[in-house]
Amino acid sequence: MGWTRKVLRVDLGKGTCKSEPLNMALAQQYLGQRGLATKYFVDEVDPKVDPLSAANKLIMATGPLTGTPASTGGRYSVITKGPLTGAIACSNSGGYFGAELKFAGWDMVIFEGKSEKPVYLSIEDDKAELRDAAHLWGKTVWQTEEIIKKSHQDPQVRVCSIGRAGENGVLYAGIINDLHRAAGRSGVGTVMGSKNLKAVAVRGTQGAGGIKDAKAFMKAAADAKKVLADNAVTGQGLPTFGTQVLMNVINEMGALPTRNHRDVQFEDARKISAEAMKEKRPSDGRAHLVTNAACFGCTIACGRISKIDETHFSVVNKPAYWGASGGLEYEAAWALGAANGVGDLEALQYANLICNEDGFDPISFGATLGAAMELYELGILTKEQIGIDAPFGSAQALVKLAEMTAQGVGFGKELGLGSKRLCAKYGKPDLSMSVKGQEFPAYDSRGIQGMGLAYATSNRGACHLRGYTVASEVLGIPVKTDPLVTEGKAGLVKAFQDATSVFDSAGVCVFTTFAWTLADLQPQLDAACEGEWTMEKLALVGERIWNMERQFNNAAGFTAKDDDLPPRLKTEPAKTGPAKGLVSGIDKMKPEYYKARGWDANGVPTKETLARLGL
Amino acid sequence: MKVAFKLYATLSDYLPIEARQSNRLDLEVSPGTTPRDLMERYALPSRLCHLVLVNGVFVPPAERASRALVEGDVLAIWPPIAGG
Repeated sequence: MGWTRKVLRVDLGKGTCKSEPLNMALAQQYLGQRGLATKYFVDEVDPKVDPLSAANKLIMATGPLTGTPASTGGRYSVITKGPLTGAIACSNSGGYFGAELKFAGWDMVIFEGKSEKPVYLSIEDDKAELRDAAHLWGKTVWQTEEIIKKSHQDPQVRVCSIGRAGENGVLYAGIINDLHRAAGRSGVGTVMGSKNLKAVAVRGTQGAGGIKDAKAFMKAAADAKKVLADNAVTGQGLPTFGTQVLMNVINEMGALPTRNHRDVQFEDARKISAEAMKEKRPSDGRAHLVTNAACFGCTIACGRISKIDETHFSVVNKPAYWGASGGLEYEAAWALGAANGVGDLEALQYANLICNEDGFDPISFGATLGAAMELYELGILTKEQIGIDAPFGSAQALVKLAEMTAQGVGFGKELGLGSKRLCAKYGKPDLSMSVKGQEFPAYDSRGIQGMGLAYATSNRGACHLRGYTVASEVLGIPVKTDPLVTEGKAGLVKAFQDATSVFDSAGVCVFTTFAWTLADLQPQLDAACEGEWTMEKLALVGERIWNMERQFNNAAGFTAKDDDLPPRLKTEPAKTGPAKGLVSGIDKMKPEYYKARGWDANGVPTKETLARLGL
Repeated sequence: MKVAFKLYATLSDYLPIEARQSNRLDLEVSPGTTPRDLMERYALPSRLCHLVLVNGVFVPPAERASRALVEGDVLAIWPPIAGG
């Protein structure tokens, strides 16, 4: 429907909800969702703001293709200043919430201020109001969603909410919608909790409309769906095996960070892989994986729905966890598994369920636990401090500490602050495997060199989704490049970052890019959205968004020194696999990247660059 | 000479049943055996042999019929897949 042209501004301090027109001039420059909401954010919020103060704002934003028949057109993003990093935070989620928000007639919702008491926002088409959430505070995401659906007497209402992690100040708390889809990273849920905002419940009945050229749009959307269906990755590979199929690939390549990046290959990788999820268990004769699943409008359907082994120690006498539920996806399986040396698939799924149930990022949690386990093995942390023996590989420790983090008790409080603060507190800051305070995802920078640069320069801290060069360096999409070399990676990272900025601003899923290029997205946007949306314009929009985010971070106090990797990845060579003997070449790639970006040696965009991008 | 032959994802079905639990088959092959030779021996459709790694390093399609395996090599193959 293109844009609905309406913004809902919610003042949590005053308790007001007001409609205002979308700034269409900005929409032409920043498209929607990530780009447009970030523009609103940087225009309204001081970069130095304390992320957990009332002066920080939080925006939930759809893209112009959200809610349309475009494949995967169900995405929304949450934009704020992240408490884990102090940088711009932008977390993207699928499920059905985003499309419902659009059907209710809103491009974005801007939350400002802080409520004195717990509230939730109820939206029914044009009607929006803050309601008391005292009865929801202290409840999990799963409980909250159920209570709201019952009280609204509407099973179709879509809910996003925070769990206890967001209430308890876990710095990587996420916002969960549709039970197990997450705006997961950088602590967007922590900001929501700091504002005493428990949930958003939305019901939209206005459907899709306002497409600029409906006939052209339907053709463009159908053509693009055919590209996804005909592509072996998006048509067969992802729906059949999901993202988890990467576990054995990345391990074979010697780029699977293991035991807090001490190793790059995990001896139990296969036990926690997509292949293992499809095998029948000895205990009950059932496979872990039940089916695949799709978000709104998605014709890929990569999602995993699994059923945990009811006899596993983690869920004995806990029937609440026995049903089919979301997971495991690759990132969670890696972070909860290889990152701390745990090869117990059922334990990983249980910890993943806890992350969904109480709303926290399994990547940052798992990686922080990996750091804690290293501190334990070094004798710096003890059983008494942690509450359980926590050597690498302990499924019992994983399970117990996931519960403690969710509940905000004991050592779980320390894990909830992330690896940077944990390792600094215990005198080993170099053991935090993070950039700008956010933990790495599932690719080792020594074995996939381009990802090291992508992590170091990601505007929201270490992240695979800002510039997924794994597509090229590992999977050969769109062309195969050598993962072990640094040559050419500066341009590759920039190209991925800029293109991803456009996809994240359109309302579609970045996974379409395994088959689509901007040339497949452009006809859909051009037909749906007012104005002319050429390839050249989109390329400029992507680069503009990236630089806008960068400027915010620079103004927040980040410098070129923060575009770096932990010493371990620069001084401790990979021990095994194809990258054996290699360290990250970040110091070589970074100046090349700055040059490709049109930034000076300090990582600041030059005047010429800013002028070219209209910033 | 001995090499390891690994097939993953949908290609697992081309392994003998007893090897599917590990995705791995240890083979005795003659010197000069190439990835292409093993792909043909196990009747793998070439269009499904997307990611071909020897000891974790990608072997481009043009080299799959000429690159001779050596003692101890690990050949691993995937169909077109992706993740994130």
